[in-house]
Amino acid sequence: MKKTNPNINKENKVISIRGLKKAFEDYKVLRGVDLDLYQGENLVVLGRSGTGKSVLIKIIAGLLKSDKGQINVLGQDVNKLKSKELDELRLKIGFSFQNSALYDSMTVRENLEFPLLRHSRDLSQQEIDNLIETVLDAVGLAQTINQMPSELSGGQRKRIGIARTLILRPEIMLYDEPTAGLDPITSIEINNLINEVQRRFNTSSIIITHDLTCARDTGDRIVMLLDGQFQRQGTFEEVFNTDDKRVKAFYDYNFIE
Amino acid sequence: MDTEEPVVKQPKRRYLISRKVDRVFQNLYDVYKFVIRFFKEVFLPPYEFKEIIKQFYEVGLRSLPLISLTGFIIGIVFTNQSRPSLTEFGATSWLPALISIAIVRALGPLVTAIIAAGRVGSSIGAEIGSMKVTEQIDAMEVSATNPYKFLVVSRVLATTLMIPILMMYTVFVALMGAYINIHQNEQTSFTTFMVDVFDAITFLDIFASLFKSILFGFTIGMVGCYKGYNSSKGTEGVGKAANSSVVTAMVLIFIEELLTMQVINALRAL
Repeated sequence: MKKTNPNINKENKVISIRGLKKAFEDYKVLRGVDLDLYQGENLVVLGRSGTGKSVLIKIIAGLLKSDKGQINVLGQDVNKLKSKELDELRLKIGFSFQNSALYDSMTVRENLEFPLLRHSRDLSQQEIDNLIETVLDAVGLAQTINQMPSELSGGQRKRIGIARTLILRPEIMLYDEPTAGLDPITSIEINNLINEVQRRFNTSSIIITHDLTCARDTGDRIVMLLDGQFQRQGTFEEVFNTDDKRVKAFYDYNFIE
Repeated sequence: MDTEEPVVKQPKRRYLISRKVDRVFQNLYDVYKFVIRFFKEVFLPPYEFKEIIKQFYEVGLRSLPLISLTGFIIGIVFTNQSRPSLTEFGATSWLPALISIAIVRALGPLVTAIIAAGRVGSSIGAEIGSMKVTEQIDAMEVSATNPYKFLVVSRVLATTLMIPILMMYTVFVALMGAYINIHQNEQTSFTTFMVDVFDAITFLDIFASLFKSILFGFTIGMVGCYKGYNSSKGTEGVGKAANSSVVTAMVLIFIEELLTMQVINALRAL
């Protein structure tokens, strides 16, 4: 069980969402979601596949447009931002994709350089090399620097994906199913990495998952998405200490104990 | 925390004509927006020079072996097939002029474009399609990089500028194939062959071929990028994107060939 991060600043909401609704054709995915993420907090969003967890963080990152609701990220309303303003905001958000989304025609170094070369043009090659070394050390994969993504294992790809987002020093991290498709030991390593990133880089994170071990090990607070709304929130125990059959079924299916 | 809201079914979507017809118009509008965006983005900084040069290499240099082989064979075969008809009238000396007109006006641009549609168009469609379904395009977007500029502008620029160059190379190689065949059969010297070749064509022919090649190149790049950018449904979608990039580009190339031929013939008649 994760110990709650003592550095969480409950005075400072880095993300605040009110009444978020999103539908695809006739299918209502999110039906009025309210959410707050505090500075320094790891918030886990739990839910079954297809409940709109990924849609939620894609809306936060501006990859999808919401149908209704207010999405406030670092004090800015995402819906009202112009393209350039949204890009500036995105530099403060790190997004770790479910399948890592590494650029497969580039080496690990080129993947890590890619955002730097476009947004930190005043950096010298030495400074870029130092930054790459720092983030590769942080994810424990310094030896893979010249490898192609196709030569990496699933766990390594996830780590490099996280390293690529860390290189721009984001204030917020969004993890989309960070342990999906990984073996239990690699999953634990990724969970530890998420906590390490929170400590070392002082990030606030939303972790989307249906893996209860990941939720238990990384979340300072857990919210459960059911039928397009958050039904329960609290610590891991508080969320699952209920008679709600849907929540119990979710817990039992994961065979956590 | 929210209270549970009763599930309300959304009203059925209304269509202007029918779902299929609406979708056709919607697609046409999407294509229009996609093409217009190129002209807006191509002139605005930042410029992705490294990626553009990489694409020049991919489109140009890596197409050379196939273009060389095809162009050379076409030159030989076309000369061989034309000879019997001219021999009947004792007009084999017209062979260089005939070959020159056919290759410079039609075969050179068309063959280059068709080879490029097959080799480059499909590869662009598959590459961008695969990047789309593996969320690499989304990854660029969340890192505040413009994926359209990086992927589409660089590739469309490369095909638009490289295919005219490849076309001139194809014409040269095809003429060399034709010369070898003519020299073997009619003992025509290289100088005589070249004089006959350039006597038969005009500046308008060369200009028209260059213009057509630029148009074909733009079409190949744009179609490949559009199909890739809008692919969906996982690996199946990537295959479809690659396939329809080639088919759509080829159909458009033939339509463009037909239309430009009419315009150029009208200009020639002036």
